[in-house]
Amino acid sequence: MTRKRRRLYMVGGGMLILATATALILTAFSDNIVLFCSPTDIQNKATCAKADIRLGGLVEEESLDRGADGVTVSFRVTDLSNSIPVTYKGILPDLFREGQGVVTEGTVNAEGVFVAREVLAKHDENYIPKEVSDALKASGNWHEETKDAKDY
Amino acid sequence: MSAEIGQFSLILALLLSVVQSSLPMIGAANGNRAWIAIAQPSALLLFGMIVLAFGALTQAFMVSDFSLSVVYQNSHSAKPMLYKITGVWGNHEGSMLLWVLILTGFGAAVAAFGHNLPPTLRARVLSVQAMITLGFLAFLIFTSNPFDRIFPAPLDGRDLNPLLQDPGLAFHPPMLYAGYVGFSIAFSFAVAALIEGKVDAAWARWVRPWTLAAWITLTAGIALGSWWAYYELGWGGWWFWDPVENVSFMPWLMGTALLHSAIVVEKRDSLKVWTILLAILTFSLSLIGTFVVRSGLLTSVHAFATDPERGLFILVLLAIAIGGSLLLFAIRAPSLTSGGLFSPISREGGLVLNNLLLTVGTSVVFVGTLGPLLLEATGTKISVGTPYYNAVFVPLMVPLVAVMAIGPMLPWKRAELGAVLSRLKFAGLMTIIAVLATAYLVDGGPVLAIAAVGFAVWLFVGALVEWADRIKLFRIPLGESVKRMTKLPRSAHGMTLAHAGMAIAIMGMTGSAAWKTEDIRIARPGDIIEVAGYSYRFDGMKSIQGPNYQAEQGSFIVTKDGEFVTELTPEKRLYPVQNMPTTEAAIHTNGLRDLYMAVGDSDGKGGWTVRIYHEPLVPWIWAGCLIMVLGGTFSLSDRRLRVGAPVRSKKWQAKSGTGQAGANA
Repeated sequence: MTRKRRRLYMVGGGMLILATATALILTAFSDNIVLFCSPTDIQNKATCAKADIRLGGLVEEESLDRGADGVTVSFRVTDLSNSIPVTYKGILPDLFREGQGVVTEGTVNAEGVFVAREVLAKHDENYIPKEVSDALKASGNWHEETKDAKDY
Repeated sequence: MSAEIGQFSLILALLLSVVQSSLPMIGAANGNRAWIAIAQPSALLLFGMIVLAFGALTQAFMVSDFSLSVVYQNSHSAKPMLYKITGVWGNHEGSMLLWVLILTGFGAAVAAFGHNLPPTLRARVLSVQAMITLGFLAFLIFTSNPFDRIFPAPLDGRDLNPLLQDPGLAFHPPMLYAGYVGFSIAFSFAVAALIEGKVDAAWARWVRPWTLAAWITLTAGIALGSWWAYYELGWGGWWFWDPVENVSFMPWLMGTALLHSAIVVEKRDSLKVWTILLAILTFSLSLIGTFVVRSGLLTSVHAFATDPERGLFILVLLAIAIGGSLLLFAIRAPSLTSGGLFSPISREGGLVLNNLLLTVGTSVVFVGTLGPLLLEATGTKISVGTPYYNAVFVPLMVPLVAVMAIGPMLPWKRAELGAVLSRLKFAGLMTIIAVLATAYLVDGGPVLAIAAVGFAVWLFVGALVEWADRIKLFRIPLGESVKRMTKLPRSAHGMTLAHAGMAIAIMGMTGSAAWKTEDIRIARPGDIIEVAGYSYRFDGMKSIQGPNYQAEQGSFIVTKDGEFVTELTPEKRLYPVQNMPTTEAAIHTNGLRDLYMAVGDSDGKGGWTVRIYHEPLVPWIWAGCLIMVLGGTFSLSDRRLRVGAPVRSKKWQAKSGTGQAGANA
């Protein structure tokens, strides 16, 4: 085994693994990534209306409704320009509140209702997901007071 | 008053780190002994200063000194003492101070225990260590001073985020940080070696214990974090491929690769350049981790309040540290000579494969974590979640696990694969039996999960077979085997334990991912819920009052086939100071499965949302991690890792000379 041969094997092996990984990443990216959309995007962009997406915005005030079975909840998510109804079966995160930011994952069904598979929690009441603040900025409804700033 | 002492010692420490990062380095270059000698006392003093500052901050938290902004923001007089103390690092400023404390602590350890290091190498290592300290101290003092006062002092504080008021989390950040920062030693050694232009077996022996120590604490830290997420968040999950988790996982993967490649440098004087690169990259990933967590750059469900301006400061630090060290690497690495030859099928070959798979795995996680950020610059917002990692990361780890059982049996330099595989016949047989048994038990269940069980058993039995072979178990009288066992180096036992622990953890991950049962419904007092063969009888809710929270506590009597199993008491707590509700899950474990339940909101008509999980094998994840940590600790105690430790055989010593000869034991 010469030094050259050894190097050849190692480089070859490395290339092979790297190529496999790249192929896996590319296929996974085309199948498994999730676009992030705001309620306005869902109305305007075809990709958001079809695919599996993450929807972010504020939970509209007085929109939360617990269904008869108590497990299915519905509410509206708004970027203060547009809003979309959302249904979700499960326990809402502890910090889920009306008027506060939320990120949910799911699809828009034929009736234009967003069926959420997952409602993401946050761990800190001062925290607004960056996607949500961006969505609010994009719809021109971002004010510093929207984010409930710490009162120093 | 104590705050001023803390502030003062921080500034002194900053000045001292300027001295320590320059003089010893220059001294080592010019052969100035006095300047070289500064490094050791300086490193000890630096650590002392930071201990003083940390002590001052801890004291402020303990006596609830609300004139300090950080205490006001994160503490409350009614908080239990344990959380007053852990609150010290439950916030940005304090956690950065903890980071610097550990950083200087490692530096002091090198100064105190590095008697066997050549003086110039030690001076350079400590000097590089001081440069990192300098950067972080500047960051601490100029952007996030823990000793900032507020005037007038408020009467009471705003309390610590209730999710952080938990014993599991109390020790998660120190462990994780010790791991992150521990890799700084490997980094400093790598940079010092590049400057010296010398990497040899002795160098690898100095680096390995530090890397191992960092790896142990990082493993423990990640395990604690996932355990905390499991029982505290009430979602029944233990890993979410969340950016904040990923950034701690990347240094772990890379550090694991480093740990293995350092063996090749030590034993075979090969892969030197690669090992240096790994050491630099591992610590760089730790820095990136800190940056991501501290800057709030990435959206994470785990994110706590963060501040982007501070992020910019760390970004600059990051650029200097990573850019500088890689530049140095590019300039100096070609001058390092490459060592021993080996065939692709050999112990070295196995370790190279391990390194390739681990580094590629790291880059996969890297792309998944930071890729969305780069794409965002082009205007597309995406999120990468579990499906991506299942599709990319898991397939890469399959060959790694398969080879993990084979690798330790391969001899150095050149090996016959056939001979090794024939030694693994027993492991193969056990694997087939396990696969068939699992398939029978779960009724053909998900094929991939059954395969994963097979791989775990393969690794577990393979690791034990290798160990049994070494002590010739059942082939010579048992007494002889025991004798051989006591003579086996501790690092060999450590490896067996670590590999077996990994197998157990894989079993746990597979079991809980594939065979978890979940039930969500509204329950009213008197209701009986059946989940996976267990009956849960809801006996009602009662209000209880904690030290700084109120809670609604549910009572559920769990029975199986009419036999009483346990009473579960999940809670819904409200912390009034922050007006924040939290979920306290109730968990019953018997080692093979967890019964897990959480209560949600009331429907206002006497019913409560309850969530019940039946999680098979989930405790094995943490048991496996614990065994890995034990294995690492055992290996760390190996005398061979202490350079210059007395050599066992007198004959051998006579043959190879004295002193540093221990390097080849």
